Amino acid sequence: MEIDINNLESISGRVRRNILEMVYKAGSGHPGGSLSAVEIMVALYFGILEDRDRFFLSNGHICPALYSVMAEKGLIDKNLLASYTELGSSLQGHPEKTKLKGIENTSGPLGLGLAQAAGFAAIKKGSYIYCMTSDGEHDEGNHWEAVNFAAKYKLSNLIQIVDKNGIQIEGTVEEIMPLGSLKEKYLASDWNVFEIDGHNFDEIFDSTSKARDKKGKPSVILANTVFGKGISFMESNPDWHAKAPNGDEFRKAMEELK
Amino acid sequence: MMKSMRGGFGEMLVELGKKNPDIVVLTADLADSTRVKEFAEAFPNRFFQVGVAEQALVTVAAGMAGAGKIPFITSYAVFSPGRTFEQIKVTAALSDLPVKIVGSHAGFGASMYGATHQSLEDIALMRVIPNMVVVSPCDYEEAKKATFAVAENGKPSYLRLARQDSPIITDENSKFEIGKAVILRESKDPQVAIIGCGPVLAEALAAADQLKDIGIEVMVINNHTIKPIDDIAITNAARICGAIVTVEEHQVMGGLGSTVAEVVTQGHIVPMEFVGVKDVFGESAKNYQELWKKFGLTKENITEAVKKVITRKNS
Repeated sequence: MEIDINNLESISGRVRRNILEMVYKAGSGHPGGSLSAVEIMVALYFGILEDRDRFFLSNGHICPALYSVMAEKGLIDKNLLASYTELGSSLQGHPEKTKLKGIENTSGPLGLGLAQAAGFAAIKKGSYIYCMTSDGEHDEGNHWEAVNFAAKYKLSNLIQIVDKNGIQIEGTVEEIMPLGSLKEKYLASDWNVFEIDGHNFDEIFDSTSKARDKKGKPSVILANTVFGKGISFMESNPDWHAKAPNGDEFRKAMEELK
Repeated sequence: MMKSMRGGFGEMLVELGKKNPDIVVLTADLADSTRVKEFAEAFPNRFFQVGVAEQALVTVAAGMAGAGKIPFITSYAVFSPGRTFEQIKVTAALSDLPVKIVGSHAGFGASMYGATHQSLEDIALMRVIPNMVVVSPCDYEEAKKATFAVAENGKPSYLRLARQDSPIITDENSKFEIGKAVILRESKDPQVAIIGCGPVLAEALAAADQLKDIGIEVMVINNHTIKPIDDIAITNAARICGAIVTVEEHQVMGGLGSTVAEVVTQGHIVPMEFVGVKDVFGESAKNYQELWKKFGLTKENITEAVKKVITRKNS
């Protein structure tokens, strides 16, 4: 697949603006984590996922990013984005498998996605199954149960990408529940580990390509990202976990995204 | 004859495995006591041991169901669905995936282990979840049929099994259909309908015999499906008998008793009495019979309840 990085960057810009518009219009949503995941999702949908592959989103609250990327890719109607969280919309506040075609797993409650992706990967050995998780949800026991399962069953077709933005609801991951070294934990759990800049397309493509070539173990890509990426006053500020901007903030944010 | 429901489940699972390549089985370190070892030996590539990890048991299975499989997931009912309510709701039921949750040792079966291992809430937990089917068979034969039926129904389903060997009160040819209650004992002029589920139905039949000896005719209904509930059968029974006693090895609150009362109060209203656990925890004992006695689930308790409801009906 020929990848035009400049094009992906302009798509990412549009996705960020979509996210802001959706959250502003809805008066609700999770802008911080949505903005940190943009390049990873754009890379997945515009250069990584093949027909038989699947993408599982575990930290479902960042669905504004997913919906926007799906709209840019033409998988859903762009006009649908304005209906995010509205009564009767297929774009639920947290994504639902039965409400929107293309959603692999209903998610939102944290720590459940990797296990579902692992179950799917254990059955569909001929596909690559990508799963995005957050660093915050590594607090959840269910997640680590899935880490063990994937290693035991040697799910080399399972590629987890951690959107490691360092922020959770009430503060930094370091304050709320320090995780120690995720790299060492995954290595000790018998996973392949890659560490990248999660906003750098070359590194996203390179690490996923290498992960696909690994045999006998699942892979995790620890993607260091910036929470609220692209909006100066949101960056690395936990207040923007689940807050919609007011009119002034929205205009300022859109100005920065021009 | 006495045989275990979990045994019937395990045998049918192997039969299903031969017929349907989409059946997969997962367990949380309880393959032997949930009777899936034989399946594991027959179909090693379709068996997954997830370890003592009930949350993964459900969520991994949901992923497999999304990939087109029909996963049966086994543990003790106290652990799954006991621990896994949210996982079941979010990853299986909300997506309407055919994950089959098998809760063994339900009721007082794990008698010696005490309250932590006695599941008296599982029906209540599962029946409030939309899309979920809840089946509580009464014996070995019915456990086999229920296993077959939930494998085929395409829905997230909860199958409640007991640990102990229990009397076989149905037979190979008894009809079993999810959502259709079965009349176990008819009589010409029944004064009360006893509606129950699970192995404690054997006590209901024994109570019916006792009552007959003193001139009280009753009808006994095996309400093996708690959800979808057979409201037609219950309403008919209320009309014919004019009084109902429910019997279950579970909390009455939220269990079969509540379920039947919901139907009765919306249909043909009659006096009801409830035999079941009344908002208390279990405790250790030598066997389940001691606990049935202590918590009021014996034929004597059912007989008393029938007499009481007749008095209320006639007053």
